[in-house]
Amino acid sequence: MSQTQPWCFPLYIRHSSKRLPPRLQPLAVSHYSLVNSLGRGTAATLAALREQRSGLRPCDFAGVTLETWIGKVAGLEEAPVRADLAYYDCRNHRLAQLALEQDGFAAAVVAARARYGATRIAVLLGTSTAGILETELAYQRRDPASGALPADFRYAGTQNSYALADFVQRWLGLGGPAMVVSSACSSTAKVFGHAQRMLAAGMIDAAVVGGVDSLCLTTLYGFNSLGLVSSQPCRPYDAARDGISIGEGAGFALLERVDQALPGGALLLGIGESSDAHHMSSPHPEGLGARMAMQRALDSAGIAAGAIDYINLHGTATPANDSSEDLAVTGLFGTATPGSSTKGATGHLLGAAGITEAVISLLAMEHGFVPAGLNTAARDPALHCDYVLENRAAQVRRTLSNSFGFGGSNCSLVFGAAD
Amino acid sequence: MRIYVEGIGLIAPGLPDWQAAAPVLAGTVPYLPAAVVVPASSLLPAAERRRAGVPVKLALAAGQEAFANAGRDPAATATVFTSSSGDGENLHRICEALAGAEREISPTRFHNSVHNAPAGYWSIATGSREPSTSLCGHDASFAAGLVDAFAQVVVDQVAVGLIACDHPYPEPLNEQRCIAACVGVALVLAPQATPRSMMALEVHIEAAAGVPTVMADPALEALRLGVPAARCLPLLAALAHGTAARVDLGYVGALQLRVLVTPC
Repeated sequence: MSQTQPWCFPLYIRHSSKRLPPRLQPLAVSHYSLVNSLGRGTAATLAALREQRSGLRPCDFAGVTLETWIGKVAGLEEAPVRADLAYYDCRNHRLAQLALEQDGFAAAVVAARARYGATRIAVLLGTSTAGILETELAYQRRDPASGALPADFRYAGTQNSYALADFVQRWLGLGGPAMVVSSACSSTAKVFGHAQRMLAAGMIDAAVVGGVDSLCLTTLYGFNSLGLVSSQPCRPYDAARDGISIGEGAGFALLERVDQALPGGALLLGIGESSDAHHMSSPHPEGLGARMAMQRALDSAGIAAGAIDYINLHGTATPANDSSEDLAVTGLFGTATPGSSTKGATGHLLGAAGITEAVISLLAMEHGFVPAGLNTAARDPALHCDYVLENRAAQVRRTLSNSFGFGGSNCSLVFGAAD
Repeated sequence: MRIYVEGIGLIAPGLPDWQAAAPVLAGTVPYLPAAVVVPASSLLPAAERRRAGVPVKLALAAGQEAFANAGRDPAATATVFTSSSGDGENLHRICEALAGAEREISPTRFHNSVHNAPAGYWSIATGSREPSTSLCGHDASFAAGLVDAFAQVVVDQVAVGLIACDHPYPEPLNEQRCIAACVGVALVLAPQATPRSMMALEVHIEAAAGVPTVMADPALEALRLGVPAARCLPLLAALAHGTAARVDLGYVGALQLRVLVTPC
């Protein structure tokens, strides 16, 4: 394979680097919040999952003429960001603000701030497209003579990826480390890894992780250019699946050291990251990178595959993703571990998929059920994992959540509950 | 906690590689600004080489040099990529197309639009399946990358390649966010001293006590201020000097990084 050609390095010093990743010190997931097309707050997402109800609808966004379905969050047009942060006002940050206001999340951060101090809480967030919608719209209003962007365009408050962390940090009144991870659709899974490392290194005492992606023209027309957008509500693992439905959403979690976990409270047990080394926009056909990420997540949690009770699959409903993920999952777990993609309910939230599906995994544990994958009429007989089509009551003690992105960026998370 | 710099890569105006840059940054050779010649990467398969944008080429050039200097196998090494603004030329073309009647963008433009494009191309070029992340901290993007790379080396006890790149936006975005030049920089960082170790580093997050360390040469100082990826220049200068030094890098908000550089 040409990708692995040996190149110009005369001599490698061989290091004994092939050891298992160190066992992760679990982290307490103390609080979390969600907003997506299923509604505002984790209760709205939980209710929709319970009712097996999808938030997808025919695309009616920004004059887009594509025949597709979207997961749109209602009411953003009427919900500007807090007046003192108007410089940051855009669809992405409106969505961020909505999620900060749900589930008592902001109050939990205020309490943590009192405990640790504002500079000891990091804000580590993911987004793939940030506030690019503002830039797209500004390009429609360029000065006809000079080509200049309109005077109300705010680059650092909207377009730059860091704007999200900057906005959320200011909104929460924090002053610690902050950054944005932008690794496409794995972004808000990978933020858990960043928080874990910074906590373990003693740089911080807590972290606000999560992130946001909002509807924009770039992703709708971009995925369409790749032939990856379905004209129907997306059907993960269906034999006739033909692409994604794009959605928008936001989610946040407050991570602290394990001694802060309440009995029965959610824990992050493991993280596995890998790269595909294959292609910019197609997954490795055998799911090598995906399998590696899942294996590393299990290793870092110190558990075997059989200890996972539910897998929240990446399950985008593209033919390539679902088949490569299925090979990776069945290769590692066999065919008995229940799994589903919740993208039939939310759509593909792209950079926000990781945090959204992490929180859904926590809801499955807390409420004792395996959520069904929606819209799938007939499971693809070529796929062999136990893809769940009706909600199942079950004791879910440990979950694994997969997020894979463009550029071959893979991240798997393992969650459990404190004793 | 100390980590060890094993290799450095650099491509910047008048600083075509680390070998040429080291005496300039050490102050023994004068700095002469010159346009960056962005090389096509010899590492990429032909299809990817054609598709790669300027930031990808900068990242691969710097990364390749740093790993070659370190004598470390990139296929077995985790990476941290960081950039303020990603591929600005590509963004401009997409926004232009989306403002037109057809709203047609090419698949290549779209997949190049992800902030982790350099990481994706690097993984394909090197065959690395190791963990990789792609960060943004606006003007503090290099500092954000250094913090994560340091934490990863210390906590996971693995080597990490830190690769930063930035390039100018075309107009009209340039008027909104001026990035003065093309810069790619890479450090290979390791948890233990090896025969290739050049210097040791400690990174501390502190409340900003003063101004960041500046470059004595006015043209290098202009480069430092003009390109987010070049905010690392005082650190590179300390590494080039090869003596114990303290470097303060601007970080986010009211924080800065105190980086202690010591011979190993």
